[in-house]
Amino acid sequence: MDAALAVDRQTQVAFLLRLADDHLILGHRLSEWCGHAPMLEEDLAMPNIALDLIGQARALYHYAGEVEGRGRSEDDLAFLRQEREYLNCLMVERPNGDFAHTMLRQFWFAAFMHAFWESASTSTDETLAGIAAKAVKETAYHIRHCGEWVIRLGDGTEESARRLKAAAQVLSPYLDELFDGDEVTAAISAAGIAPDPAALRPAFERTVSRVFSEAFLDMPVPAWPQIGGRSGRHTEAMGFLLTELQYMQRTYPGAVW
Amino acid sequence: MTRNQIPLWEVFIRPRNGLAHKHCGSVHAADEVMALQAARDVYTRRGEGVSIWVVPSAAIVASDPEHKDENFEPALSKVYRHPTFYDIPDDVGHM
Repeated sequence: MDAALAVDRQTQVAFLLRLADDHLILGHRLSEWCGHAPMLEEDLAMPNIALDLIGQARALYHYAGEVEGRGRSEDDLAFLRQEREYLNCLMVERPNGDFAHTMLRQFWFAAFMHAFWESASTSTDETLAGIAAKAVKETAYHIRHCGEWVIRLGDGTEESARRLKAAAQVLSPYLDELFDGDEVTAAISAAGIAPDPAALRPAFERTVSRVFSEAFLDMPVPAWPQIGGRSGRHTEAMGFLLTELQYMQRTYPGAVW
Repeated sequence: MTRNQIPLWEVFIRPRNGLAHKHCGSVHAADEVMALQAARDVYTRRGEGVSIWVVPSAAIVASDPEHKDENFEPALSKVYRHPTFYDIPDDVGHM
């Protein structure tokens, strides 16, 4: 709990919720593929990744609830907040699109998170360091799995290359938000709790350029970066996503299984 | 689709060090790298193994079911090949 001394509680909770929300929302998006993947093998692979993400989210919500000290459980935080209270980046809430779109988004997110977790595994916050140590292995597999798909789609057929290129174009405006900083990230990185997101860019670019060169894909230049999720300003897709995500807890409050 | 463009691979998993890889099923995948990943995702979700082999199904040479009588029936009448005719001393223990 040394970390709690270095930054105020509200900042620490905001930091943890941003991270947890990224993982819950992307895990939920990925779970939408369950039963709809192009082949059985991928129908298991994508929910496997989704479960890794939701497992990471659970650990983070549980910890955020503890730090907050208002008695909110991981379920309360995951299911019973309003849209504007979710602090995930916009990329993770965007609809899945086609398979190339989903794989590229997952690859980018994993490339970012792997650098993040690697750095966070030496965090001054021991709980976060513990979560990071487990997550870094899971994320390494996500990079490998999704990266291999990106290579095969890019270097596959004319159709697959066209779809992957289109996905890169559509997703590129949401990339900068991952590296965006504000007073929360500044305080957290100054306290040695987690890396400054902007500092992760070189590692991210190394991972991406290795795969993109094999996929014959150029890194697109976004026309205009889209940001807002970190302060609760979401895209139109978020409300629909939450309606489905929260349905059970809203309809049967307190339901457990 | 009139022809299958994605090859089939047989999957072998070694549950623990010291044991042999055991056939556990098959996956579809475009190449060997993807086949290993698919095998990992399909067959090791509950901690089933420490090592995976994948082999192109097409590389497996199988005995012809029509030859099963001549292949296997001659062994059936040779019960003396089973090591059940020997008394094992008690101090040898479990074999």
